[in-house]
Amino acid sequence: MQKLVKDGVIIENQWHIMPKPEADQSAEVPAGPTIVPLGVWLEQQDALQQRDDIGVWLDSDELAEQIGAQANKLPLIAVNFPGFMDGRAFSIARLLRERFGFTGELRAIGDFMRDQLCYLSRCGVNAFQFASDDVDLEQAKKSLDDFTEFYQAGVDQPLPLFRRRTA
Amino acid sequence: MYIYDEYDHAILKQRVAQFRDQTERYLEGSLSEQQFLPLRLQNGLYVQRLAPMLRINVPYGMLNTTQLRRLARIARDYDKGYCHVSTRQNIQYNWPALEQVPDILHELAEVEMHGTQSSGNCIRNITSDQFAGIAPDEIVDPRPYCEIIRQWSSFHPEFAFLPRKFKIAISGSESDRAAIAVHDIGLQLVKNDAGEIGFKVLVGGGLGRTPVIGSVIREFLPEAHILTYLEAILRVYNLHGRRDNKYKARIKILVRAMKPEVFAEEVEKEWAHLKDAPSTLRAEDITRAKGFFTEPAYEALDDSAAQTQLDNEKADNIAFSKWLERNVRAHRVPGYAAVTLSLKPTGIAPGDITDTQLETIAELADQYSFSEVRTTHEQNIVLADVKKSELFALWQAAKSAGFATPNIGTLTDIICCPGGDFCSLANAKSIPIAEAIQRQFSDLDYVYDLGELDLNISGCMNACGHHHVGHIGVLGVDKKGEEFYQVMLGGNAGNNASLAKVLGPAFDAEQMPAVVQNVVNVYLENRTEEELFIDTYNRIGISPFKERVYAKAS
Repeated sequence: MQKLVKDGVIIENQWHIMPKPEADQSAEVPAGPTIVPLGVWLEQQDALQQRDDIGVWLDSDELAEQIGAQANKLPLIAVNFPGFMDGRAFSIARLLRERFGFTGELRAIGDFMRDQLCYLSRCGVNAFQFASDDVDLEQAKKSLDDFTEFYQAGVDQPLPLFRRRTA
Repeated sequence: MYIYDEYDHAILKQRVAQFRDQTERYLEGSLSEQQFLPLRLQNGLYVQRLAPMLRINVPYGMLNTTQLRRLARIARDYDKGYCHVSTRQNIQYNWPALEQVPDILHELAEVEMHGTQSSGNCIRNITSDQFAGIAPDEIVDPRPYCEIIRQWSSFHPEFAFLPRKFKIAISGSESDRAAIAVHDIGLQLVKNDAGEIGFKVLVGGGLGRTPVIGSVIREFLPEAHILTYLEAILRVYNLHGRRDNKYKARIKILVRAMKPEVFAEEVEKEWAHLKDAPSTLRAEDITRAKGFFTEPAYEALDDSAAQTQLDNEKADNIAFSKWLERNVRAHRVPGYAAVTLSLKPTGIAPGDITDTQLETIAELADQYSFSEVRTTHEQNIVLADVKKSELFALWQAAKSAGFATPNIGTLTDIICCPGGDFCSLANAKSIPIAEAIQRQFSDLDYVYDLGELDLNISGCMNACGHHHVGHIGVLGVDKKGEEFYQVMLGGNAGNNASLAKVLGPAFDAEQMPAVVQNVVNVYLENRTEEELFIDTYNRIGISPFKERVYAKAS
């Protein structure tokens, strides 16, 4: 089973990521813990709400508002990176945490890279599932601590440095 | 100027260690070329036509002499003995070896400098007025706000992978010397009727292949809210800016597509959530920042005595008087003046400076100007606090060192990007064009008589040479592998910012000095006594220039 980094620890992945269904494909959600695309979740919300093993993944062109206040009913939300240069997930993650108060697992999926872990974690992402199995997770998780002090406020530290300096 | 404390040092040290590790992983092959690209760019490292190029930030243009000497040492030890002052007040090295860049960054960190976010799709170095703090027309000193924004933007976790690069400029004076209208965000410090300090906020200006003058989205933003408001702008841009086409990815395209009023509404909506968050500046936070930009130990000087002495020296020496006229500016403190050292003698690439010249400037700054200098976006260096009584001595020293060409603001003070000689993006060379034009106008009296005339040259449409806002702009273009130059007229970077209009079909390099000469001739024949080039152009329009240039060129 694939492994991932969660809260700084390497653990086994329990969740299956359901891809976006093609236009003519059925959007049947399989049994077992599944992270469904936002579109599937929006369409089948009533049925899926009966299950406690459903998470939702947002693509980079989707918005945190589309989950909005429903966020905290979910155990897991994932933000997808179609490519590591696409930085929308950073804002989406922050909004989920800071505006919609999401406290569950916030997972980065797709084509992000190790060197983005520290900033992602500052934006509230606490789990990292690399697309490739080749990534050495022991090495990669070191990047979570690339910085231990920061100028600006973040999900991890709501006070900017200038307020702590003069405190 | 700002002095690092243990926090700043700790953060920068971690940055250097991070990049050293990334460079090692790249060299050993565990970090791909593609993944290394944004990481090296965000540390200032480009891979260029001939060698890497390393861009070092000079935050809002301020440097002390310790930093100057370190830059000189790096030029000597890691490069070919020179560096380049860029059109965004930064320093660029043209020949560093990739393997040595972490060591260079380490050396820079020791003197509180870095290349962080000097390139890449992130918030770049904040630029400002080279005469901040000393200009007689200053409303509010912009530097404390520059520093507050520099810290906020540095290593910002949310905005390191924006759709495209993002540039912020701040002006605190009546006359805009920071070109704020052609930045992604331009901030003009203002005071309202109650005397409170705030910002007029412009957004969506820029040069490049689609030049646009920024739109005002807020007339008065109280100073306390600057960081949360910037955060709102950046978030709207990060989420909604185009990512499908890098030529349409700048915020100016988004602002134009949405319409500035609608963009402003989106920002206000986002800001409503962020307003009054802990990132709101308290009075003591602003006071602390201001505490770093106090006055140097000015002496109480007799301005009229100093002026009389200067008038006498001037009367005896016409060369000195010309230098005073062009390269020396008024200072708000009696008995002091600001001096611009010209990095534009004919025959040297505009903005290029050697290690020994950097050290000479450090000596001059130690002796005459409280050990500080400023870089300018026109690619010169300013000694901001010189006693009027010492101007003559400084002039002599600057002259023998080659910095006293009295051409500041004139036709030969050319803004010029590195161009095809160095840059892999360029379509055409720019430095040889600058040099040919400087040679055409080698008669200083003639150039001096022309008065203020900005000539800006870019080697491609990325517009690092700011050609759209030159009174005369030159753009290098490539046609089937041959280099040609398009000429445009009527741009203006300051207040009343305007974009230049294309004169007509492009010229080859050999024609350029004569073309510029023709343009100048039309001005000389048409100007009234008080008119600068731009005034005459605005009055008579582009047609007379067009007729003359193409009549003779064809």
